[in-house]
Amino acid sequence: MTDESSKKPNQSQSTGMNRRAVLAGGTALTASLFMPKNLMAADYPTAEVNTTGLAVTDDTVTIGILHSITGTMAISETGSVQAEKLAIDQINAQGGILGRKIEYIQEDGASDWPTFAEKAKKLLVNDKVASVMGCWTSASRKAVLPVFEQYNGFLYYPTFYEGLEQSPNVIYTGQEATQQIIAGLDWVSETKGAKTFYLLGSDYIWPRTSNKIARKHIENFLGAKVVGEEYYPLGHTQFNSVINKIRLKKPDVIYAIVVGGSNVAFYKQLKAAGIDMTKEDPIVLTISVTEDEIRGIGGENIEGAYACMKYFQSLTNENNMEFVKSFKEMWGDDMVIGDVTQAAYLGPWLWKAAVEKAGSFDVDKVRAATPGIELGTAPEGYVKVHDNHHLWSKTRVGLAKADGQYDVVYETAELVEPDPFPEGYQ
Amino acid sequence: MFADYSMSELGAIFAMQGFAGLILFSVFVLMALGLAIIFGQMGVINMAHGEFMILGAYVTYLVSNFFAAFLPGIFGIYFFIAMGLAFVVSGGLGLFIEWAMIRHLYKRPLDTLLATWGLSLILQQLYRSIFGAREVGVTIPDWMMGSLPLTDLIEVPINGIFVMVLAVGISVAVYVMMFRSGWGKQVRAINQNRVMAGAVGINTEWTDRLTFGIGCGVAGVAGSAFTMIGSTGPTAGQLYIVDTFLVVVFGGAASLLGTIASAFSISQAQSIMEFFLSGSMAKVLTLLTVVGILMLRPQGLFALKLRK
Repeated sequence: MTDESSKKPNQSQSTGMNRRAVLAGGTALTASLFMPKNLMAADYPTAEVNTTGLAVTDDTVTIGILHSITGTMAISETGSVQAEKLAIDQINAQGGILGRKIEYIQEDGASDWPTFAEKAKKLLVNDKVASVMGCWTSASRKAVLPVFEQYNGFLYYPTFYEGLEQSPNVIYTGQEATQQIIAGLDWVSETKGAKTFYLLGSDYIWPRTSNKIARKHIENFLGAKVVGEEYYPLGHTQFNSVINKIRLKKPDVIYAIVVGGSNVAFYKQLKAAGIDMTKEDPIVLTISVTEDEIRGIGGENIEGAYACMKYFQSLTNENNMEFVKSFKEMWGDDMVIGDVTQAAYLGPWLWKAAVEKAGSFDVDKVRAATPGIELGTAPEGYVKVHDNHHLWSKTRVGLAKADGQYDVVYETAELVEPDPFPEGYQ
Repeated sequence: MFADYSMSELGAIFAMQGFAGLILFSVFVLMALGLAIIFGQMGVINMAHGEFMILGAYVTYLVSNFFAAFLPGIFGIYFFIAMGLAFVVSGGLGLFIEWAMIRHLYKRPLDTLLATWGLSLILQQLYRSIFGAREVGVTIPDWMMGSLPLTDLIEVPINGIFVMVLAVGISVAVYVMMFRSGWGKQVRAINQNRVMAGAVGINTEWTDRLTFGIGCGVAGVAGSAFTMIGSTGPTAGQLYIVDTFLVVVFGGAASLLGTIASAFSISQAQSIMEFFLSGSMAKVLTLLTVVGILMLRPQGLFALKLRK
């Protein structure tokens, strides 16, 4: 700890932050170009890389991991925690960041949004972590957002989400809605000649916002028709009525954004009702089923459906082969890796790149260094951080197979620009 | 909204929709019977009911894995063995819980509510520690998936028929036990007058324990059957608990017939409304109707005639 930080642990954080920001201003972006592969801590004295009293010592830096490991969301968030720990291990094996090993403090958000906010405050105020990898649902992110903005923390958020947000204190490593939706709809319209769509979702903000964007795109840009749009409460387990309605409307595409336990019920009942997805009549296109969810649904129940994501475990590029291998070595052979897990894995790496570019752990400097960060080693391929704190990344369509994996049948030629506030889609 | 369709299409849809309502009815009956026994006959509000169901689902998962690994030749029939085991395991846990926890709380009904809620949290975390936080996929024998095409348009899901048959079977079994067996007579006697029942030599403690165990066992069978239509995860039980209480309370707590009648009316109402309205709105209207009726008739649809 430097004198700077040890002097004022009890000082009011918000005023302290302002003063630190002024102190930090002068030395931003010093050693950014031509960085040697292994940085030695000695080259970066703690007093210089940490002027804001973060938990940085001469040989360690502490970050936070904030996910639900109990409660309903533990199902989804476990993979993210595993990916983040893997990335941290790998970074440490390479010598850490600015010569410092990463240590982490893991907190449990317990699937409860106020708990997320409380734990975020604890990580930032008591533990003074340099950054936080965390959150999964939009609700938890919205709950911690004011905390991160007040105490100037830095959050890496892994989940694909509805967009309509951009915070100076958050890096969104998943896709915002347009990145996930538009390319997939274009694909199904062009290659399958789809003309009618039935939109279906669980009843909360992400499916509703996503379907709103989908509807605008279908009606205004594809010249196709939405023949039905429906939402079911979270946890709904009886889909026979809506399946009958779908039969009656005979859409070309069922566009499904059902989540959680409902997901399992929906696909099992769809299959039991005699709708054979492998015959593509109708085509099922989803943006809410990753390899993780298929484990609960059962591959045989969703075989033939299409999913629109940026990452599938079956990607054959070298980065991904290496990633899948290390992930299974660390967490077991029966693990599967979904889109969000991969996005969570990017968090620590993006932070490392930004810290090294800034030559400092100070949040303001890291933030300034973040836009334009490129990662050639991402399992999904090359990604780049946009000025709006989201990632440029490709959109891919996968065909679900009985073994629970996806065959990638389409990917966009270029990286798709993130657009969290899409005009014409609001 | 029907102008675009031909008569035969409409006929088919109404037939299938009617069937969807019947499936929902069967699901409700299965969910609610176990709770109706415990709540109705003992007055214990078992908040851990959903977790007993999921225990049955996990037993099914284990049995399916066992058969897939060691007895793949007769995988097609594992489900019946799984259901039997689910009854035994859930019922066994029920007996133990009654002995360890519930029996100390009979005089304090509100405390059983808290205690069983705590139990549900403990069980959830236990499942999470043992089976992992993720949902597990239960492989269903092929013959149980898919549908029977009756005509070109009408297709009936086989697992739906299975759930219906099971619901009828268990209802009949519970009825026979309640109204034709010695145990049933004792349960009803205790329900009417506990002190007097004890005085004429009924072992009230053991009867209570058995009742609780049987209720939990029925929940386990329901959970086992629901692996066909729903998810199996540590918190999946929570998906059922609200509907379950709704059915039991609406039916009138102490009446098994009421439970069945209430399951029928709620399921038909919900299924019809889901067809004409959106899913969330159907749920809202169903709940509003139930609340309205309960305000007029707080004792539920069917209630024992008691001298007050």
